[in-house]
Amino acid sequence: MATERESDSRAFLQVENLTKSFGGIRAVDHVNLNLSKGELRCLIGPNGAGKSTLFSLLSGLQKPEAGRILFKGEDITSLPPFRRVQKGVCQKFQTTRIYRGLTLSQNLLIARRVHDGIENGRLNWALKTLGLDGQPERLAGELPHSHQQWLEICMALATEPDLLLLDEPTAGMTPEETALTAEFAIQLNAQGMTILVVEHDMGFVRQIARFVTVLHYGRIFAEGTLEEIESNQNVRRIYLGEQ
Amino acid sequence: MKESKISKIWRKLNGPQELGHGPIFWSLFGCFAVVLLGYSLVGSVFSLSNLAIFFAYVPMGLGLGLLWGYGGVLSFGQAAFFGIAGYVYGIVAGNLMGTPGGTLLAAVCGIGGTMVVAAAFGYFVFYGQVSGWIIPLLTLVLSLIIETFMGQTAGYQWRLGRVLFGGYNGMTNIPSLSLGGVEFTGATVAFYVLVIAVTLAVYLGLRLLVNSRYGHAVAAVREDAERTRMLGYNVDFIQVQVFTLAAGLAGLSGVLYVSWGNYMNPSSMGMVAATLPVIWTAVGGRNSLLAVLLSTVALRWLADALAVRGGEYAFLILGALLLATMLFFPAGIVVSVARRWRDGKRRDSKIPPAPLQETNQTRGVS
Repeated sequence: MATERESDSRAFLQVENLTKSFGGIRAVDHVNLNLSKGELRCLIGPNGAGKSTLFSLLSGLQKPEAGRILFKGEDITSLPPFRRVQKGVCQKFQTTRIYRGLTLSQNLLIARRVHDGIENGRLNWALKTLGLDGQPERLAGELPHSHQQWLEICMALATEPDLLLLDEPTAGMTPEETALTAEFAIQLNAQGMTILVVEHDMGFVRQIARFVTVLHYGRIFAEGTLEEIESNQNVRRIYLGEQ
Repeated sequence: MKESKISKIWRKLNGPQELGHGPIFWSLFGCFAVVLLGYSLVGSVFSLSNLAIFFAYVPMGLGLGLLWGYGGVLSFGQAAFFGIAGYVYGIVAGNLMGTPGGTLLAAVCGIGGTMVVAAAFGYFVFYGQVSGWIIPLLTLVLSLIIETFMGQTAGYQWRLGRVLFGGYNGMTNIPSLSLGGVEFTGATVAFYVLVIAVTLAVYLGLRLLVNSRYGHAVAAVREDAERTRMLGYNVDFIQVQVFTLAAGLAGLSGVLYVSWGNYMNPSSMGMVAATLPVIWTAVGGRNSLLAVLLSTVALRWLADALAVRGGEYAFLILGALLLATMLFFPAGIVVSVARRWRDGKRRDSKIPPAPLQETNQTRGVS
């Protein structure tokens, strides 16, 4: 029984030999990555390591040259982005992508998956936790930067994903806002949400991550617990800037 | 507590994606409708006929408003779909002359046929990921190709059944719509009432559509197509649907036009005809259906008045009006005036900002 459950959780997201090049540059180079159900994983690496390209491949915005992506045991490699969202994969972009000319409530109306009369409890909780529940008629473009980031996360949650891809969710935030985002991510994960985060801010990574994958030149450079990664001399050299 | 159907409809009619809300607006709108319909009791047949043809173009304008203002896709193809529907109606109605329900079937074929053509064209454009700037050119070319093709259909060899295509002389003697024993020819009160009823129904129907969840998705595609894809929407399919619906509305105008004049010729799909809906939509304000409705009627009236007095100068003046609008009222005259009035009201009563706001994505051609 335990073995069966283990095999189920191991199959949640499987990336096999995923490869993508732009011209002569191989942005993602035979990447293998496994994510268990309910995991909160951080993906780190220097600029140009291929983190955002890997996210684009997972969400379907880019097509890989080789390799495949299995989500909950199903091969989703050839599915277009909207089908992947319907399967339960949703992404928050690196640069905030909300509908700036529409109100907060309109943004959420668009994002929300339709169930007649059924409230999305997780979304309501997220809006409340992030302080977005009191200003439905405010234009999204007029919100402070951190609120725009949080709104985009809430929009992703409104699609009722099983796997949330967060690309630099704390970029441009103050330490207090980063801490709130970290607390939010931990609580969301505790509710069972599987989260894969790309982040440069090691302070944020330290707050949330249990397991970290390091990408370098499009390849998996190292994987392990936060302590293992931080004590890895090679990672310290290429990413943390130590000689 | 479950919301009743009527309150749901009322909420959508008053949704944020369109100008005009509240009791004052709806009272004025009701008066406008009553005056328009009441005019049929007092107006001369000549003036009713003129006013009817101005309003007959409104569905085509509203279609472009939906496609361009809400969907972010500028199209010069409305004229092509207007013409296709008119010709198909003429062919079917001409061949079924005397058959009960023949003109109704012809109208269905005209509008349906043009929607099929639009869906096929839209499929290749939107699923082919053709970029936003190429679409206006492709749709203009579509209009001009169909105009050129129909222009060379003079001669007896160009006929379907007993209907001659007529080349640049046009297709003539097209029967008017006939429903339940009432014939809707141009110079009748019945045609005027039909056109006003259709126009108001299309306006209210589109108002419901743009304020629905689907309407918000259409606006979302305009604002950020990639984001919308990443929220689980089939963006290409939505664009094909909106393009097809806009074409169907242009087709409706085409059917009303041939029923009014019993005539259709290729110049209805030419350069000028293809540009006019863009002018109506831009001058009024493409982000509002009401603005498009008002500007379509006003500019049709202006063009008619100028044509009577100055002939060729009419289009020069319309072109100048478009340039002036783009320079001084980029959001359109009606929309700009409405915003200023709303902003003044907000300053007075501290109402939170309304959402009909120009953004980087919606400014200019999206």
